[in-house]
Amino acid sequence: MKDLRIWGLKKSPWVYHLAAASCNNCDIEILELLTPRYDVERFGAVLVGSPRHADALLVTGVINRKSLPRVLEVYEQTPKPCLVIAIGTCACNNHIFRNSYNAVGPYDKYIPVHAYIPGCPPKPEAMILGIVKALSKL
Amino acid sequence: MSDETKSRRIVPIGPYHPLQEEPEFFKLIVEGEKVVDLEIHIGYNHRGHEFISPELTYDQVPFLVERICGICSNSHPLAAVLAIEDCAGIKSPPRANFIRSIIHELERIHSHLLWVGLAGHFIGYNTVWMWAWRYREHILEVFEMITGNRNHYTVNKPGGVRWDIKPEYIPQIHAALDLVEKKTMMLTKAVLDDPVIRARLEGVGILTREQAIAWSVLGPTARGSGVDIDVRRDDPHAAYDQVPWNVIVLPEGDVFAKAKVRLLEIFESVRIIRGCLDNLPDGPIDVRIDEIPPGEGVGRTEAPRGEVFHYIRSDGSNRPIRHKIRAPSYMNIASNVVAVRGGSIADAALTLAAVDPCYCCTERMAAFEDGKMKYSGQELLRLSWEKTEKLREGLGKSHYQEGRLE
Repeated sequence: MKDLRIWGLKKSPWVYHLAAASCNNCDIEILELLTPRYDVERFGAVLVGSPRHADALLVTGVINRKSLPRVLEVYEQTPKPCLVIAIGTCACNNHIFRNSYNAVGPYDKYIPVHAYIPGCPPKPEAMILGIVKALSKL
Repeated sequence: MSDETKSRRIVPIGPYHPLQEEPEFFKLIVEGEKVVDLEIHIGYNHRGHEFISPELTYDQVPFLVERICGICSNSHPLAAVLAIEDCAGIKSPPRANFIRSIIHELERIHSHLLWVGLAGHFIGYNTVWMWAWRYREHILEVFEMITGNRNHYTVNKPGGVRWDIKPEYIPQIHAALDLVEKKTMMLTKAVLDDPVIRARLEGVGILTREQAIAWSVLGPTARGSGVDIDVRRDDPHAAYDQVPWNVIVLPEGDVFAKAKVRLLEIFESVRIIRGCLDNLPDGPIDVRIDEIPPGEGVGRTEAPRGEVFHYIRSDGSNRPIRHKIRAPSYMNIASNVVAVRGGSIADAALTLAAVDPCYCCTERMAAFEDGKMKYSGQELLRLSWEKTEKLREGLGKSHYQEGRLE
């Protein structure tokens, strides 16, 4: 049964985009992935509106004190197994905000992260590569 | 509960929802289909820039403020370096001013195209989204060519700019502008002449001129409501007083007017960039700053969403002791309270998006403990006054010099 789930996940990963406290840039580059230049839909990746439909979470930004409970809630709502892909240096290691009083991230302190894509923001090509690598590890 | 309030329901939007990419929480209070009130909860995006900024040197501050917002990643550094230059009492060389204007207007084009695309997405017209974002790519390519990065281009530094526009770039920039102008013309005609879009946007979310002034809205939100306000013209900085351009003002105040203002501003931006490229002076792109004397400086610039204001206080060291940031979206988002009232739920999402909200810019101050608000507005105000008084007493012998931070 688990193999079947992973097979389904690899074929067409539906992604949910979760911005904790980001600067918007990684989020825009994620949307950029869906638009004609990069068009990840040709690989079967679709942006979905609810974490309950998602196979993969694309997480961006540092987590702050207010968004932390919401991030955990979204993670709980996502059906398992799910991939968590940290996009941007903020999501990987808090970046320039590491001394901030309000940043409680990064994500891997709270939820398992399968792939890290550093960059500020990472180029869409790097994001595609990261997602493909994460999927091929399954 | 009286009869009046009995039929009221709450429709929550957010904090994580498919409509907007940033976390925010709107509580729509509705009676049937009609929205009667709105509560705005923000704070999901607060990262404490004003706290981090005094830990950094003046050269590092533009890198930090650039990361306030990924879309306005030139406006905030520009305002910050203008504040630093104001404090140091120096002027950037003319070539740097022109490059600043060029990058600033390129940013306005990509930001407005981004908004037009998202607005199309909000009303379920994904073709507009795909179009607008596709043509936006050409602008990002120009950024990548000049600075090496698609976003967060770090052009500004105190005293000038980091990246020069080389002569071989200029034909390519012209080519990209020609293409974007042609395609934006097509998009403008398609959007403005489409009867469905007109029916969907006209008369929706009206913010009258009086309301716009009362809620202190800025940028295209104000100009779409007939308020003639633009820092580029009112307080010229960079090279805005040296090239011809117009401020677009429309009186209607609805979502359609706001969309129109943004689309027409793209053409004005193209005009500014062409004027700047044609008159680009020779010379150095930066000046050396030896010392920033104790004092204070302000810098303001017109971001794609409105006026960005930065205040910097110096104690003579190489780090600011106070850096205050005021972003336009804070006022613009608050004006939603009047704009959505009386509309239907279906229009509310569009009206909320019409101000081009930017929550990462907005969230300058929040204090939370165990997920609950720690201070009220009045307490924060008092704390802020106390801090200012402390700073005034200690100006010149800042605690940052006493080894608290390396």
